[in-house]
Amino acid sequence: MEALSPTMEEGKLVKWLKNEGDAVKSGDPLGEVETDKAIMELVARGDGVLRKRLINEGDSVPVGTLVGVIAGKDENIDDVLAGAAAPPGAPAPQPEKPDVPAPAVEPQRSTGPSRGTPVPPPQPPAPPAPPAAPPAPPAQAPSQQQPAATGAVRSSPLARRLASERGVDLGTLQGSGPNGRIIKRDVENAPAGGAPSAGAGRAAAAPSAPAISREGDYQDVPLNNIRKVIAKRLSESIGPIPTFYLTVELDLTRVMEMRSAMAELGDEFKVSVNDVLLKAIAVALSQHPEVNAHWLGDRIRYFNRVHLGMAVATDDGLIVPVIWDADTKGMAQISREAKELAKRARERKLRPEEFTGSTFSVSNLGMFGIDQFTAIINPPEAGILAIGTGEDKLVVVDGEPVVRKRVRVTMSCDHRVIDGAVGAKFLQTLRRLIENPLMLVY
Amino acid sequence: MASYDVIFLGGGPAGYVGAIRCAQLGLNTAVVEREGLGGTCVLWGCIPAKALLEAGHIADRLKQAPEFGVNPGEVKLDFGVAMKRSRGVSSQNSKGVEFLFKKNKITWIKGTAKLAGKNSVSVKTADGKEEKHDAKKAVVISTGSRVKGLPQIGLELNKKTVISSDEALILEKAPKAILIVGAGAVGSEFADVFSSFGSQVTLVEVMPNILPVEDADSSKEVERSFRKHGITVLTGAKISNVKVGKDSVSMSIEAGGEKKDHKADVVLVAAGRAPNIEDIGLKEQGIQLTERGFVKINERMETSVKGIYAIGDVAGPPMLAHKGEREGMIAAEVIAGHHAQVLDYTNIPGATYCHPEVASVGLTEQQCKDKKLDYKVGKFPFSANGRARTSGETEGFVKIIRGAKYGEILGAHIVGAHATEMIHELVVARTNEFTVEEVDLAVHAHPTLSEAIAEAALDSMGKMIHA
Repeated sequence: MEALSPTMEEGKLVKWLKNEGDAVKSGDPLGEVETDKAIMELVARGDGVLRKRLINEGDSVPVGTLVGVIAGKDENIDDVLAGAAAPPGAPAPQPEKPDVPAPAVEPQRSTGPSRGTPVPPPQPPAPPAPPAAPPAPPAQAPSQQQPAATGAVRSSPLARRLASERGVDLGTLQGSGPNGRIIKRDVENAPAGGAPSAGAGRAAAAPSAPAISREGDYQDVPLNNIRKVIAKRLSESIGPIPTFYLTVELDLTRVMEMRSAMAELGDEFKVSVNDVLLKAIAVALSQHPEVNAHWLGDRIRYFNRVHLGMAVATDDGLIVPVIWDADTKGMAQISREAKELAKRARERKLRPEEFTGSTFSVSNLGMFGIDQFTAIINPPEAGILAIGTGEDKLVVVDGEPVVRKRVRVTMSCDHRVIDGAVGAKFLQTLRRLIENPLMLVY
Repeated sequence: MASYDVIFLGGGPAGYVGAIRCAQLGLNTAVVEREGLGGTCVLWGCIPAKALLEAGHIADRLKQAPEFGVNPGEVKLDFGVAMKRSRGVSSQNSKGVEFLFKKNKITWIKGTAKLAGKNSVSVKTADGKEEKHDAKKAVVISTGSRVKGLPQIGLELNKKTVISSDEALILEKAPKAILIVGAGAVGSEFADVFSSFGSQVTLVEVMPNILPVEDADSSKEVERSFRKHGITVLTGAKISNVKVGKDSVSMSIEAGGEKKDHKADVVLVAAGRAPNIEDIGLKEQGIQLTERGFVKINERMETSVKGIYAIGDVAGPPMLAHKGEREGMIAAEVIAGHHAQVLDYTNIPGATYCHPEVASVGLTEQQCKDKKLDYKVGKFPFSANGRARTSGETEGFVKIIRGAKYGEILGAHIVGAHATEMIHELVVARTNEFTVEEVDLAVHAHPTLSEAIAEAALDSMGKMIHA
């Protein structure tokens, strides 16, 4: 069972797509697997014949469990099967011999013409732990090592230290050292931060999604002393993320006017208020990289691109799909993507790269009639916007009471990154854009 | 005319190791070599020089012997004998490579090669015949480098009074007075050899320190030892007014604010080597060179022309046998279609075999400063090491420079007896990204010189035990 998402611990085989005896090539879908987040394809990691299916449709097994065997047509697979006979569960049975590198980790190494390749070979975060495994972390070494990062993942001591410092989960990385060992370079190239955004290896493997760690997409700025003190003192005062909240009430009159004008042009120009808000937020973020940022422990990463996460409620819970480069996309495209992502999220069909890599997130409970609320920051992001319901209100304009459509937006800010005035300025820009939506054309 | 999978141009450490690995990977392999197998390293460099250094070291140890209660009586030195033994060791090693070629079924084509197209090599054999050979998969340029004189200051090599290391290795006797220009590894090693064999040695270096690529602490330690040994060391030197006579050479040397005339029977030019890039058809094949005149390669050892590779000295510094060997292995893996781990050039150790020996890996302290790294230094002297005292070789130290935050080994420097053997513990550590804590966690046997490494690691954390 391959780890198909950074946080996946076990997978349920929904359906086999190949029968025993079918010839398979590397990359062919073997079956469908339901993970904690989505239903995804399990693909072959080697060429040969699907000789044996070891679990049944509907079975749930831990990551790393042998689910089937791909081998040569007449190859003896008894050894591999014997290895799989052990009950599944941690420690997962590993049919691989210690001297056999996990081919998936080192794609360029040929797997050899006649070696039985288990389907699929365990991927990080659960590569085989050979008997002569990497040394256990030294007892008296600084004990900041992440429990999840030790043990099964092959990594250098320096890589482990860097990772714990930066909050990178080693399990999500693809090592470039010998036999897939994670080395310093891999940690440095990882999109740092907590598990939600750290899909490095996988995101890179999917050509469809822009790689977030590309140089030039962001600037890392080391903390100056003022920031260090702010971070330390405020964290002591409130939670691990010292959050404060800024609320504004925005006037939607012109957005409503624009919407109806667009709707008159035909269905293809129809967008929701939420779509306009998303676009406006993305544009505002592009003008305020100081809030479009990640907190990385020893530095702050300011992004030059805007990947907007949008919280979607599903029957199974919350998931945050991402609209990549939202600031540069037209409103119609944002509308299409938002709809499609929400739909696929509810169907649990999102691919990992579709729900990782956001630089800033938005949560909207307007459809539930919530006037205003505060959303919880999705670390390492520095802020999140909570959008309430749009409603008609009596407001005073030029000394006269008038009825206007208004919406309340609350920004949760990580004070280690965003100071009050900085957040306020961003909201000022957002107000200007929302109340003058024509500016979004620029 | 014969057909091979791979043909190497040159059978030095890069070429012969690459060829063996190619053969092991099932490729039909040939090596064109005009001289003996093993190249400069085996014939004119590492191996014979180390044999001479050993001879000199025995002489020096014998001078110390009476302290140990061993009186050897009158010690007579004969450089000619040492030289002949050193040649013997050399040819033994070269024969060893020949044996490995036979064992691995590698063809040695004796002659001088030239690229004759992407998949073909022309060879001029010793008897003047011209042959053409096919290389179906790859041609690997491993032509190495050669000594060059310093004609720009009047020190053109004449092989009698102005010589290179090539001639120094076959001198019949040690010169009475020798002036060595260039105090890198080669110059410092010969200074040691000739000084031990009774020559009056003057070692001249234009840079502010001898062994200029090493950590300044290492350079200073060796310089101090050399002076004690009676070697005149002139650093930051300017040479002028060179006059090459029939039996002697004279020149003016300005160093330390003083200008003096020097005269010697022999001048050994130990500065600079040039890559062998001429007459091998590089231009005709359109192979690009670097700004400094080496063949340009990528991390897969590929030149700008597909199917043609370059490794070793000709492909750029550091010009070290072990760097060339590793490049040879990488080229072989790439040619055979295997995955090759990329070589990290910052993890290549340096080793100088003068006494005391000098070895290092990674950055010098000055380089750490230049890079504005936040670092801590740990240092332990051999004078405080039990094993060093027992053998009476207490010169030198272990110095470890580590990152202040994570403890990674930025650089390691050892001066002292057996330094070139000991450095590998730290090469392993650095290559595998161990920090000083992992070095300390490894239990070091007592009494050994290597304990000094553990102590230096501890010192870098402010926890040294024995000093």
